[in-house]
Amino acid sequence: MTDMPDTTFTSDPSHHQDTQETDDAAGYYTPGDPIAETKAPGGPIEERWGTRQFEARIANPANRRRLSVIVVGTGLAGASAAATLGEAGYVVKSFCYQDSPRRAHSIAAQGGINAAKNYKGDGDSVYRLFYDTIKGGDYRSRESNVYRLAEVSVNIIDQCVAQGVPFAREYGGLLDNRSFGGVQVSRTFYARGQTGQQLLIGAYQALERQVAAGTVRTYTRHEMLELIVVDGRARGIIVRDLVTGEIETYFADVVVLASGGYGNVFFLSTNAMGSNVTATWRAHRKGAFMANPCYTQIHPTCIPVSGAHQSKLTLMSESLRNDGRIWVPKDAKDADKDPRDIPEEDRDYYLERIYPSFGNLVPRDIASRQAKNMCDEGRGVGPEVDGVRRGVYLDFAEAMERLGRKAIEDKYGNLFDMYAQITGEDPYEVPMRIYPAVHYVMGGLWVDYDLQGSIPGLFVTGEANFSDHGANRLGASALMQGLADGYFVLPNTIRDYLAEGPFDKVPEDHPAVVEAQQSVRDRIDRFMNTKGTRSVDSYHRELGNIMWEYCGMERSEDGLKKAIDLIRGLRDDFWRNVKVLGTSESLNQSLERAGRVADFFELGELMCIDALNRRESCGGHFRAESQTEDGEALRHDDQYAYVAAWEWAGEPGSQEMGKPILHKEQLTYEFVEMKQRSYK
Amino acid sequence: MKLTLKIWRQADTASDGAMHTYEVDEISEDMSFLEMLDVLNERLNSEGEEPIAFDSDCREGICGMCGLMINGEAHGPQVTTTCQLHMRSFSDGETITIEPWRADPFPVLKDLCVDRSAFDRMIQSGGYISVNTGAAPDAHATPVPKDNADRAFDVATCIGCGACVAACPNGSASLFLGAKITHLGELPQGQAERDSRVVNMVAQHDHEGFGGCTNIGECTAACPKEIPLDVISQLNKDLRHAIRRGY
Repeated sequence: MTDMPDTTFTSDPSHHQDTQETDDAAGYYTPGDPIAETKAPGGPIEERWGTRQFEARIANPANRRRLSVIVVGTGLAGASAAATLGEAGYVVKSFCYQDSPRRAHSIAAQGGINAAKNYKGDGDSVYRLFYDTIKGGDYRSRESNVYRLAEVSVNIIDQCVAQGVPFAREYGGLLDNRSFGGVQVSRTFYARGQTGQQLLIGAYQALERQVAAGTVRTYTRHEMLELIVVDGRARGIIVRDLVTGEIETYFADVVVLASGGYGNVFFLSTNAMGSNVTATWRAHRKGAFMANPCYTQIHPTCIPVSGAHQSKLTLMSESLRNDGRIWVPKDAKDADKDPRDIPEEDRDYYLERIYPSFGNLVPRDIASRQAKNMCDEGRGVGPEVDGVRRGVYLDFAEAMERLGRKAIEDKYGNLFDMYAQITGEDPYEVPMRIYPAVHYVMGGLWVDYDLQGSIPGLFVTGEANFSDHGANRLGASALMQGLADGYFVLPNTIRDYLAEGPFDKVPEDHPAVVEAQQSVRDRIDRFMNTKGTRSVDSYHRELGNIMWEYCGMERSEDGLKKAIDLIRGLRDDFWRNVKVLGTSESLNQSLERAGRVADFFELGELMCIDALNRRESCGGHFRAESQTEDGEALRHDDQYAYVAAWEWAGEPGSQEMGKPILHKEQLTYEFVEMKQRSYK
Repeated sequence: MKLTLKIWRQADTASDGAMHTYEVDEISEDMSFLEMLDVLNERLNSEGEEPIAFDSDCREGICGMCGLMINGEAHGPQVTTTCQLHMRSFSDGETITIEPWRADPFPVLKDLCVDRSAFDRMIQSGGYISVNTGAAPDAHATPVPKDNADRAFDVATCIGCGACVAACPNGSASLFLGAKITHLGELPQGQAERDSRVVNMVAQHDHEGFGGCTNIGECTAACPKEIPLDVISQLNKDLRHAIRRGY
């Protein structure tokens, strides 16, 4: 989605000499053993995936009918995995909280999907996509994983076209591509502004075909509330039927979580209302490591909040920054003036001023942070919400004068319509207002090269895992990763694990099963019986404010410590004072949300601890203490070139047992040289 | 603004439902319709009355999860989804009637939530192209004329919300069905199963209890994605061809 320019890199091996050795998070965590094994084969990078596929055992076809797989989530990463595993002959159960698998939030992705097809003959290659992704991730992802992602990207396009995904085409009937995400090649395939929708419908149809074939059974309006771990292996899940309220238990030989990202910990985000962390968080509490939870991507071109009633934020394609000019009034007292009445000399085109060579096309994180700075200075525009105007102008007047209104309509018509629909303002007449919003999380459950988590038999795909984007994700790469994981990676790695099965049947009265069922029931009873005075949403909103303020675009030691205290206080109050009406034996949306918010509290605290520990700025994580003299992000490769994988250590809190355990996975770069970016 | 809301409330599928009246005040015209219901629900919760159940997820008009009959119109007075409808489309003092989708194949689960799994079963009956993962030829092996690709895309934008069914006086899902038949039928990849697809999907449509098309056109008028009525002509044409060829 980004149309940011290619970054200028300067090699600066000495940049970290001046940092203080410090452990900001001391007292909040327990140091653990490093992670030594990721299962990635060695050797030339282009041979690693082939080697792994060859070495992964294959369960014989007759045996597959006796091997079962649970897949939680039906977005790109879940639906594609469930369909492919069904085709292979495994017995698959697919779960989603929505009323149909087709609703999953992958459907809302607008921009496109990258693939190293080099159909344009412009010098693209698997290696170049690999290189761009490593660089875009600010050198915080694994080379082996990223190379594989680039390698299978080409197969995704073939598969989707064969399924009938109506990608944009040229007059000759061949596929069209565009340039995206600040790269110099055109490798992004798209279906107007609805690429995610079309890819998801492709995967959904493949999934429903397997339902008809009898290999997959779908459980819609079912939410996973607990993972069952027996003898050290993930063996099943506990779910709630969201219509009847019934608590049900399902077993399998392996469990796949494809439940998406946790951006809704901020309450306001571009995620769907129901997007949540519960499936992965329950697995985390059962021993699955959570990796780099603080890596959050914030998107600069969203429609601003219009009032206290706001329930979600809507993203507009960042391509708008190609022609729109971003500004705020020089003087705060002009904030509520009609922008058309503010003369040129009273406007501050701050990105053009601060970054003369990149101007309005600086990367997402810089554009976002500067917008927040302007609003914090009191120069924001638009409605005042909680005492602050949070918006900046994105002005097309100059572009329309230069190119004509028609050209702007052709390029951005659908985005302008969307803006007008939501705000009631005509962006052809009045400058648009934009503000950053949480869009994607790079963090997620830790997985090895096989996409297996730290619990054997638990696999994690798509946004739910941490694997491929490092500290920041390139535009048009989320769809690529979801489908790469689900169609091509997971089915080839999970078979190695399944070749050991079928495992012994788990008895319904196994203590681990009874305990998991009981804990789900106890938690639901606690929500129903607290009978407090505050609604679930009011807590969620307050938690979101804390996260946005202290663990959003810019984080500092003091702010993060304060946030942890605030979260702990609010969480205690939540458990004493939350009010959930209705019954647990029926459709009860307040009850559903209560469970999700309870998990967001625990996740939010861990995000703050992770951010506190990482006293460097990298990708989507900006620490105020780690910036250059010019205010740019500064990495510290000598101290933080690792994946922070956190192990659950009990209910969070100040007591010793609640301190999460940090396992470091050191990142090594054999092929790409680590460089520091510069945008001046 | 101040509004009077008449809202359908029903405990579950087996229970009888009834309209309930609620007064709301201080509604901003910048609120979406669903945010207005959020505000009402917060108040009901504080007053000790169970909040009203309604479906929504993406709240940006693409997932198809939301859908309400508003003053008798599917998704209300604008050509958009319920989540993208804003309160500036209503005036101060107005009375708004809010009901769930009405159609036998969409039973009410609770209040404003309905069960649309019939749509999934229709897709299962043939709404796909049979190609296993890894079995695809190179994407450029078969060029697709731009006109066909564009037409396929236009109708593939269906979000499966069910407004067409709710709006149809005969409870037909022909627009939903026609959109899928046309999407896959426009593409060379969809030809091999074209006949069996239309026959099986129509059979499933009828089996689910959807009515036949009576050419009223309410479906396309209510469709938030403006799927054109002629996909139903395409559906009938494909069906006629398939039957003539002995399917």
